[in-house]
Amino acid sequence: MKHIKTLTNKTLKNTMKNGGCGECQTSCQSACKTSCTVGNQSCENNK
Amino acid sequence: MIHQYKNNGYNIVMDVCSGAVHVVDDLVYDIIALFEEKSEDEIVTALSKYKKEDVLEGISEVKALKEEGLLFTEDEYEEYVTDFKQRKTVVKALCLHIAHDCNLACKYCFAGEGEYNGDRSLMSIEVGKKAIDFLVANSGNRVNLEVDFFGGEPLMNFQVVKEIVAYGRSLEEKHNKKFRFTLTTNGMLLNDEVMEFANKEMSNVVLSIDGRKEVHDRMRPTPNGKGSYDIIIEKFKKMAELRNQTNYYVRGTFTHNNLDFSKDVLHLADLGFKQISVEPVVSLPEEPYALRKEDLPQLFEEYDTLAKEMIKRKKEGKGFNFFHFMIDLNQGPCVAKRLSGCGSGVEYLAVTPWGDLYPCHQFVGTEEFLMGNVFDGIKNTDIQSEFKLCNVYAKEACRNCFARFYCSGGCAANSYKFHGSILEPYEIGCELQKKRIECAIMLKAAMEE
Ligand code: SF4
Ligand code: SF4
Repeated sequence: MKHIKTLTNKTLKNTMKNGGCGECQTSCQSACKTSCTVGNQSCENNK
Repeated sequence: MIHQYKNNGYNIVMDVCSGAVHVVDDLVYDIIALFEEKSEDEIVTALSKYKKEDVLEGISEVKALKEEGLLFTEDEYEEYVTDFKQRKTVVKALCLHIAHDCNLACKYCFAGEGEYNGDRSLMSIEVGKKAIDFLVANSGNRVNLEVDFFGGEPLMNFQVVKEIVAYGRSLEEKHNKKFRFTLTTNGMLLNDEVMEFANKEMSNVVLSIDGRKEVHDRMRPTPNGKGSYDIIIEKFKKMAELRNQTNYYVRGTFTHNNLDFSKDVLHLADLGFKQISVEPVVSLPEEPYALRKEDLPQLFEEYDTLAKEMIKRKKEGKGFNFFHFMIDLNQGPCVAKRLSGCGSGVEYLAVTPWGDLYPCHQFVGTEEFLMGNVFDGIKNTDIQSEFKLCNVYAKEACRNCFARFYCSGGCAANSYKFHGSILEPYEIGCELQKKRIECAIMLKAAMEE
């Protein structure tokens, strides 16, 4: 494409099928303790 | 749903519901803003400042991405996520308040300057073991279990920390569990023995430091009013090196007193720390150091400044991680995780020194949230049900917020603190969260170049 550069085409819809296993880190547990951030976490199944 | 913004010379378009992110030129940026409301002809007319064939070309690119499900997608997760969260039955993380006591008197402490309203106490090994038993028994077939040593200052009860870790390890094989321990410390009691132990047993270590000496010392004094920076700084540097600059955070809090917090982040980076988290204080408006709405424009600028400096340093080979700008665009969590909230009161619980259970560390001591204890288990299931309902769709403010797939609906404790309801997000926190996500994505765009 000439005008658009796609940074990620990951589509969240696909994660409905196999998602929700719950092995990932609890959101508040890592450093923060004052806010919920999930976007920075990684999925245990991708490791 | 689309969220589009310009930052640092980049035109960014987030297709919120699919998670796709695009960097576009000015032409497509303008087309996307009109695309849903206007017909093709109307767009061409409205964008007469561009050449017609260019506009048509832009429109066809937008259309192609729409067909691929990467632009203008709809949110279709409500039922799935609500159901997912309702079915949650396992506990997988505990925050152990190993010591309700402290050797500092930080002004913004959740625990009233480490005093715990006169109720100082230490967790016994009996309570600690019971907590581990409770976690193992309630974790179903989850393998990875997280246990966080929190306080007060956990090192004031180091012997019990060691014993709890040993006890946890002794159960791993039999129950097919893997414990991931985290230690949060203010550094006052950090010594070689503690470091060695922590580096062997702790998956993560959180070292509390606010940044520049004067900023740190102002908010984190010793009980007799002296600063603590000089006591801890060399120890933290050593600890970070011993951990090979990974699996730890130096973690600070910024307040109304240091709105120019990017300097604190850079101060820590200049000292050589590679894993840095500096976060907004959460406190009610009556505190003099509380963040106010009027502070937001300056705070936004600080995040922008920091992001630009991080790009520069990264390109010079001096990069570092800033926790709140870390975002995983490709391997991030599944949608269930993204929308079901932080897990407090459901999969994550806090344990007091005497074994009481609360929805999370920030609710500890608020009696109406007492859920039970590690000896008898969860008694007040109403609280658990309330937290099970707490997902992005249960919150009016979040339903249409572009940040919801990254933020997960904010912090229940902050909501409660400001609005008396766990379903009503804390606005200043939201504004900062949204800004950080914009910066984080811009950083990704910049790094791709
Ligand atoms: S930023 Fe605020 S409104 Fe948006 S999803 Fe997070 S908590 Fe909800
Ligand atoms: S309610 Fe807030 S402080 Fe508690 S676990 Fe959730 S995000 Fe963290």
